[in-house]
This record gives sequence, structure tokens and C-alpha cells, in this order.
Amino acid sequence: MQESAELRIEGAAKRFGEVAALDGVSLQVARGELLTILGPSGSGKTTLLKVVAGFEKPDAGWVKIDGVEITALPPARRDIGMVFQNYALFPHLTVERNVAFPLEMRNVAKPEIVRRVAEALALVELAGYEQRLPRQLSGGQQQRVALARAIVFNPRLLLLDEPFGALDRKLRETMQLEVRRLQRRLGLTTIFITHDQEEALVLSDRVAVMNKGTIQQIATTTEIYERPANDFVADFVGESNIFHGTMSAPGEVTLEGGRTLKVRSDKSAGAKVGVLMRPERFDTGGANLFTGDVIESVYLGTSFKLRLACAGGLELLVRQPARGPLPATGARIEVGIDPKAIHVF
Amino acid sequence: MSRRLLVVACGLIYFFLMLPLLVVFPISLSSAPYMQFPPPGFSWQWYERYLDDPQWIEATWRSLYIGVSTAILALALGVPLAFSLVRAKFRGRAVIERLALAPIIVPTIILSVAVYGIFAKLKLIGAWYGLVVAHTVLALPFVVLVMMAGLRDFDRGLEQAAEGLGASRWQTLRRITLPLLRPSLVSAGLLAFISSFDEVVVALFLAGANMTLPKKMFDNILMEIDPTIAAVSVIQILLVSLVLVLIGRFGRGLSGSAR
Amino acid sequence: MSMRGFWPAVPALLLLFFFFLFPVVRMLGFSLEGGSFDWYAKALGEGLYLRVFWNTFEIALLVTFFCLLLGYPLGFLMATTTPLWATVGFIFVLLPLWTSVLVRTYAWMVLLGRNGVFNRLLIDAGIVEDPLPLLHNFTGVMIGMVHVLLPYMVLPVYGAVRRLDPAIVAAAEGLGASSWRIFWRIYLPLTLNGIFAGAVIVFVLSLGFYITPALLGGGRVIMIAVLIEQQVRETLNWPFAAALSAVLLAFTFAVYALAQRFTRPQETA
Repeated sequence: MQESAELRIEGAAKRFGEVAALDGVSLQVARGELLTILGPSGSGKTTLLKVVAGFEKPDAGWVKIDGVEITALPPARRDIGMVFQNYALFPHLTVERNVAFPLEMRNVAKPEIVRRVAEALALVELAGYEQRLPRQLSGGQQQRVALARAIVFNPRLLLLDEPFGALDRKLRETMQLEVRRLQRRLGLTTIFITHDQEEALVLSDRVAVMNKGTIQQIATTTEIYERPANDFVADFVGESNIFHGTMSAPGEVTLEGGRTLKVRSDKSAGAKVGVLMRPERFDTGGANLFTGDVIESVYLGTSFKLRLACAGGLELLVRQPARGPLPATGARIEVGIDPKAIHVF
Repeated sequence: MSRRLLVVACGLIYFFLMLPLLVVFPISLSSAPYMQFPPPGFSWQWYERYLDDPQWIEATWRSLYIGVSTAILALALGVPLAFSLVRAKFRGRAVIERLALAPIIVPTIILSVAVYGIFAKLKLIGAWYGLVVAHTVLALPFVVLVMMAGLRDFDRGLEQAAEGLGASRWQTLRRITLPLLRPSLVSAGLLAFISSFDEVVVALFLAGANMTLPKKMFDNILMEIDPTIAAVSVIQILLVSLVLVLIGRFGRGLSGSAR
Repeated sequence: MSMRGFWPAVPALLLLFFFFLFPVVRMLGFSLEGGSFDWYAKALGEGLYLRVFWNTFEIALLVTFFCLLLGYPLGFLMATTTPLWATVGFIFVLLPLWTSVLVRTYAWMVLLGRNGVFNRLLIDAGIVEDPLPLLHNFTGVMIGMVHVLLPYMVLPVYGAVRRLDPAIVAAAEGLGASSWRIFWRIYLPLTLNGIFAGAVIVFVLSLGFYITPALLGGGRVIMIAVLIEQQVRETLNWPFAAALSAVLLAFTFAVYALAQRFTRPQETA
């Protein structure tokens, strides 16, 4: 069985007319790793995927698999398994023939094809559906066929392009876990593309956040969430309170409105910094206290989501465990946050 | 109320449309020695006369193979042209599209006279393949229109998927693109065939002494209206019905193919 | 900018060039024989030929009018009825469309002739004493041409009505508009594009008609195409045939270009 590979991209750039879809992207995916590329639509993530798959040629930069450059190689010769947004199952071929397709293209012997197709279908729990046509399957089943077809030929790399977009929430969660399980089991180097930050956090080893054709940050999921590199990442991943200010003293930030915060940071005094406070990190007390009027309160089952107007024009988004009555609009409450729960960047 | 009025009016209009097709059936089975209505009795004599006349049979065969050849040639030229027009971006694309569709608009009489002038010089009058070429010019717009509609609706993601899974350009075309376009291909081919099989004006000029079925019918209508024509008409109507059934069964929607 | 994907078009373009564009241009060139416009002066100056042009124009206009009159209700009904009836309707429209013009022309001769079906029935019923002149005249040509061209009107109308958003009609109904008012205020204005497209194609095709006037006109209704054929085959007067062709072609293109100008803004919408 073919080993899963390591992927490197260096300085990939691609322009469409005036727009720079990719503006010098470099990244590395380790053998067996699942890297998610997360970004809003138009961020260049799909172009990056096409460059890896070979559907687009970059204007500059290169792509290497296991140290061998493949930048100019046609898609058919890259040995990359791909699951498309709308699955792209061949509507005129049965499930069996769909899954057999990549093997037939590789001139695999007939008995071997039969064996491997059966194996792949068993892996995605679709044994018994061999003779169905794609249109006779549910969305989730089509998704599994697409997955089986992408892995049946032991690709060196698996690319998943927003594969769960068309599924309802429940099915999406099941499929996410299933893909993760399969990917671990087969040790497949995988790139997963999505605009859904929750999905990115659930699935990945590491996440690369993209915007405007560049990678904003590439790090583990906790790192991305707890210590985002800039405003964009902080804002795009999860709910956030982001403010800007200056380091007025060691361990102290003065925000633009004049309010000071105690923080843990080794940034030197006078540096311009961004401050991120996650809504769920607020407590009833702490080193930094805020008093504010509730201007919006929403009951979310396990938590309350509150919007507070504090002194100095500061507006805070706060989540509190749903204990006791929901604070009414107009009520004045106090919340606090610990210095080590504040991320300075 | 007004809806009922509409239905009645449309019933009459359908009657007007179908009447000429229906009227030839009883006449083709008439026992009278000349056109008479209502027919005095039943007989197969006009069908027998058609089948026994080598001129009719020869003309029928000639029209059939000219029609089939036209369909093949029109597909061979029109399908790649449609691919070009839908998928490629080159200068003059719009001009080429207009040129390819122009034979619908340009009066057939003008095309016939013009090609007659050239073929007379080339000594191609009476050659069956000369007719095939001229008929292909007329059939090309149908093929191009049907194929362009099919290609516009085609999901190119499937081709990308096939290439990503290891298929070459050629394999993708053969295994994915053409099989999925088969309904359009069937419609385009059958329409090209019928357009040639029914064609009279070009044949009047180019067929020379070698009759096609429509030309033979034209001459007969001018000379001696006898009900053999009715028998031939019935056969023609049945053939067209068969083609329409084939398009409905294996082709791409009738409404799409008709424009 | 690039020529990628152009090459598959080449074989078809060669065919169109050598057997369509070149022959037509070459033939039209005959009309300028001797470097003068004499043949055009003859075509457009002599009363006899001017009458033929006028005849052709008049017939085309009338055919278009009758096709519209009959075609709109048909297309409308097909687009608004159940799928099953729509399919039946399609068969009744497409079967005549693809049946040979000769078969249909022959059938009309059978129906309209002096001893034809209609006259037989009318005389037997005692409505008329002498057979009505329905064939070999203007009436015969009109009936034959409307029959041949009607499907070309029905299909665009059908398409236009189908494209109409049913929500608009439902909204009008919900607001209490009567069905006549809905037709006049909603369907008709919003399907004008389809009507126009159908009318243009019918008109343009009528201009070049040959078979139907040649057979049903009985030599009494001369349309321009018939005149061209006579000039080539009977009098062998190629330059004059070419001049007539050039005028017909110019008129056809002018109508078509004008129509395209009118429809373009709506097409992109």
C-alpha cells in the first residue's frame, strides 16, 4: 500500500485579472495530518485547493509532494483523492462503477478492482448499495460514495472541498466525525476546506486561516482560538470582544477609550496592541471589573448571551452559565475577567 | 368560463394542425382509381404500387442514406463546433455563432441557387454526396443549437472530478462527457436526419436525375396527383412519429429540441 | 486573446465557408455584372417585379398575423395546463412541424381542391352549389403557409409563458384580479418578448417561402422565391436572379437585425 505523503507549498501566487486570489501562500502538511484551510468566500482557499489538485497553475511558487515538484503535473497524474462540494458523482454510473472509476483509469486488474471497491464501500458502510445510481441515494449516502471514490486508489493526499455544505446539521456532525475516524485510521494526509469555523475546530489537527489570498495564521486549533495572530483571525474564529490600545506599563494596556486593563504580556511599553476577550471567559469577579447596562439578553439553553454597555463607550459581549433568572434589559450588572484570560496581540 | 373558451378554440386549432396529417390515411387506403373522398372502398393498391415501383423505392433508399450521412457529418462537424462556441473564449466567437446559425435565416432558395452555381462547375449535380454536403449546411444549425443547450447545462465539475481521479482528457471525454451528453446527441442527430430526409428545395436544384424521395413527391404532385403520394405520405408521417418517439425516449426534452 | 479551443470549430467553418458563405457571395456578385446596377434597377423599378416584392411582403405580414392569432392561445394553453396535456399538445405541434412540407402541401390539395374534401362536404350539405375556389389562389397559399409556420410561433410563446414567475400570477389572483384582467395586465405584457421572437421568425421564414406558393398558388401567387427559381431554371438569367436574391437577403437581414436590436435589452434581464 502506498504511503501517505507530505505536502509543501511555497510562495504560491495566482491572479485573476486585477484580483490576487493567492498572494504568496506557503504551507506544509505533515504525513497523516489533517490541515483545515478556513476562510470566508473569496479568501482564496478554493484557488489554493485547485493549485494543489492541478486544476489551476500558479503564476509563481511551487507545490511539492514528498519533495518532488508537481506544480506542472496534470491533475490526472497527481494521485490526489478529492471530494467536491456537490460530490460530483457521475450520474450515469452506478455506485460500484463510480468507485471503480479511479482504479479503471489506473488499469488495475479486474479482480483487484472488485476487491478494492468492496473494501472501500465497506469502509464507508455502503455495502449492498453497489447497483444503485447516485440519484437513488440520500445526500449523506452520496457523500459516502464520494469519499469511497476518493480513497479507493490509496491517494497520496486527500482533498475535501466543503464537503458537508449541503447536509443538514445533524448529518453534518455525524459525517464530520466519520471522516475524522476514517482519516486517522488510514493515516491519510488531508486538506480540508471550509468556511465554517466550528467545523474547522472539530476536525483539524491544525488550521490555516486565509483572507484576501494570504494565510493569516497557521496553528493548532487551540492556538487559533486562544491566541489568534490578528484581528481577522480573532474575529473570524468564534465570538470575540476585540479592542485596540497601547502598552502603558508592563502588564497594563490602555484602551483607546481610556480604560486600563491588567494583562499578561511581555510586549514593551508604548507598543500598539490588540486585545481579545472571549465572551465565555468573563466571570463574576476578577482583576479587571466591568460595570455595564444590559442592552441585549438572549437565553441559549446552557448559557445567557449578554451585550453590555460599559463606561467609556465600551461594549462587551458576555456569556454566562444559565443559572438563575435571565438578566433583564436595562439591568446593571458587573462582570470580571482574569489577566491570563486576556489575549494580547 | 374564459378558460373553457380557450380550450375549445385550441381544440379547433389542433384540429387544423392535425387535419392534413390525418386526411392522407383514408385516401392512401382508397380503392378508387383516382383521388376521391370519401373513399368508396378499402384497398392496399397504392402501397403496392409504391413498393412495386423501383423509382419510388430507389428514391426512398437514396433519401435514407443521404439523411443518415447528413446526420453523421452534421454531428461530426457540429458537435466540436458547439464545444468551441460554448467552452472556448477566442475573438470572433459571436461572429462564428451567427454564421453557423445563418442557414436557418437565409432563404433556402438562395442557398440552393448559390450552391447549384458552384456544383454545376464542379460537376457535382446528381452526386449523392453533393446533396449530403448541402444538407449538412442546413442541418448544422439544429445540431449546434441542441448541443450548445446541452453543453451549457453540463456540469463541468464532473469533468474535473474525472481528471482528478486519474482520467486523461480523452478518457474524460469518452467515459464522462459524451455519455452524459447522449440525450442531446440523439436529438441533434435525429433532427439532422429528418431535416435532410424532408428537404425539397436544395434537392430540386442539386439532385439532377437522381431523385430523392421529396423531389420525387414534388414532381408527382406537379404532374399526376394519384393516391400513391398518400401512401408515401403515410409512410413519411409514421417515420417522423417514430423519430419523435425516439427523441422523447432517448433524446433531450422535445421542447428544447424544437427551437 | 487566446486561440485555445478554437481548432474544433475549424472543420465546420471550412464547410460553412466553401459551401455556404463563398457560394452565396459569389452568386450575389453576378448581380453587379458589367459593373452596373441595371439588374437592381430592373428588380426594383419595373412594376411587375415590384408587385412580386409587395406580394411577398403582404403575404408574410398576413401569415405572421394569423400565426400570432392562432399560435398565442395554443402556446398559452400548453404552458398553463397539466404536464400530461402539455405533452399531448407538444406532439400535436411537433408532428406537423417535422412532417414533410410536401406531405402537408399534398394534403391541403386533397382538402381544398375543386373536388376536394371541403367542397364535397359543403356541396353534399347543400351549403354551396358550386365548388369554392380554395386552391391555386391566395387563400390556398395562406392556409398552407400558416399551417407550416404555426409551430414556429407556438413554441416561443410557450417558452415565454413558462418562464413567467407563477408567483406574479398568484399575487394578482390573490389581489382579486379577474382572469381577463390578469391576462391583459400580466401575461400579455410579460410575454411580449416571446410573441416578438415568434413573429420575427415566422415573418423572416415567410419571406423566403418556395414550396407552398409554388404548389398551392398554382402559378397565380408569385412570391419572390418562386421568381428567383424561374429566373435560374427557366430563363437562365443569373444576374437578375442574383439581384433579386440580394434584395431578398438584404431585407431578411434588415428585419432580423432590427428585431435583435429590440430584444437585446430584455434578453440580458
